[in-house]
Amino acid sequence: MSGKDEAELSRLMRAAIAGDEKAYTDFLHRIAALVRGFVRRKIVQGGVDPEDVVQETLLAIHVKRHTWRQDAPVLPWIYAIARFKLIDAFRRRGRRIEIDVDDIAETFAEPEAETVSERDINRALDGLSPAQRSVVSAVSVEGRSIGETAAKFGISETAVRVSLHRGLAAIAKRFGQGRFGRE
Amino acid sequence: MRTDDLIKALDADARSKAMPLQSAWWMAACAAAVIAAIVFLLTIGPRPDFMTAAHTMRFLSKFVFTIVLAVSAFALVRALSTPGASTGRAMAWMAAAPVLVAVAVVLELFMVPEALWGTRMIGSNMMICMGFIPLIGIGPLAIFLWMLRYGAPTRPVLAGAVAGLLAGGLAATFYAAHCFDDSPLFVATWYTIAIAVLALLGALGGRFFVRW
Repeated sequence: MSGKDEAELSRLMRAAIAGDEKAYTDFLHRIAALVRGFVRRKIVQGGVDPEDVVQETLLAIHVKRHTWRQDAPVLPWIYAIARFKLIDAFRRRGRRIEIDVDDIAETFAEPEAETVSERDINRALDGLSPAQRSVVSAVSVEGRSIGETAAKFGISETAVRVSLHRGLAAIAKRFGQGRFGRE
Repeated sequence: MRTDDLIKALDADARSKAMPLQSAWWMAACAAAVIAAIVFLLTIGPRPDFMTAAHTMRFLSKFVFTIVLAVSAFALVRALSTPGASTGRAMAWMAAAPVLVAVAVVLELFMVPEALWGTRMIGSNMMICMGFIPLIGIGPLAIFLWMLRYGAPTRPVLAGAVAGLLAGGLAATFYAAHCFDDSPLFVATWYTIAIAVLALLGALGGRFFVRW
């Protein structure tokens, strides 16, 4: 199971880096499910919403994808980021960390589906500049393409891409500094 | 925002490119070496008898220690900035420089009469050593901490400390070309303290500056 995942996921990630956007979509959906399974297994008590950690991990994987070495396995890289984000989430909530960081339980993590609730990422989104926020919302929540978003706001596609990129980087950074949400 | 919506946004940003971390580390190392060289040449510079000194074992041994430290710290800091990378082997190599210094100290104690141990250790340059190694190393350390931010260290404090050792090894390599105190007894004492200062600064930087 894990070996097959590894080969398939690193293939998708390499294709994504080479410019295959479809491969990247596929990759992100698969790791979202894997990370969700991993995080739910690790959070034995309440206080941290697993889906928040899933989203923080996905963002971190996205903005840090240049740290993956293409000749190295991708799963240890993904789980190291997920584990880091999970510990971070516990720390922010002022809880004692009750997870075993060297646990190899990730090999048993099965893909799981999302549960819906109020998300930390919405609060992080509120911290963006108005232009960045509207572009990120248009592309994500409203599901518009880059071209449609450019037409909607009457700006160039390049400007949309720049706002989106900076907006995502800013959200990832806020997560990293824990400056959002219900502290 | 649902996770599927977030994935749409990440997807739309798939084309944005960043330099691979490993290449960026090599560039950072070159930039750091250039900065250290400039600070060194503008302040203290090499000692006047550099060419003659280059024929003595004690003088050369200083470079072996500092370069081995810098090379091993460079390998480790690169691994520490990559999530999931194995660090065991690089960690073990970090023992190389201290072991070499320890061996040199023992040899020195055999070769030098006991009455001279104190003089050799105190040397004539200790304040310059403790001032200039951190001074030459601070610019490189800043670059390396930026690199840790660019990377994704899951142990930021440790990674920061190793970045400090790397900056220290680099700075000490330049400083060694200036210093007249070539005895391993001097190196083991004052270089160690000066490099430890940079390691401490690096650990603090890792704690408060390296967030992701």
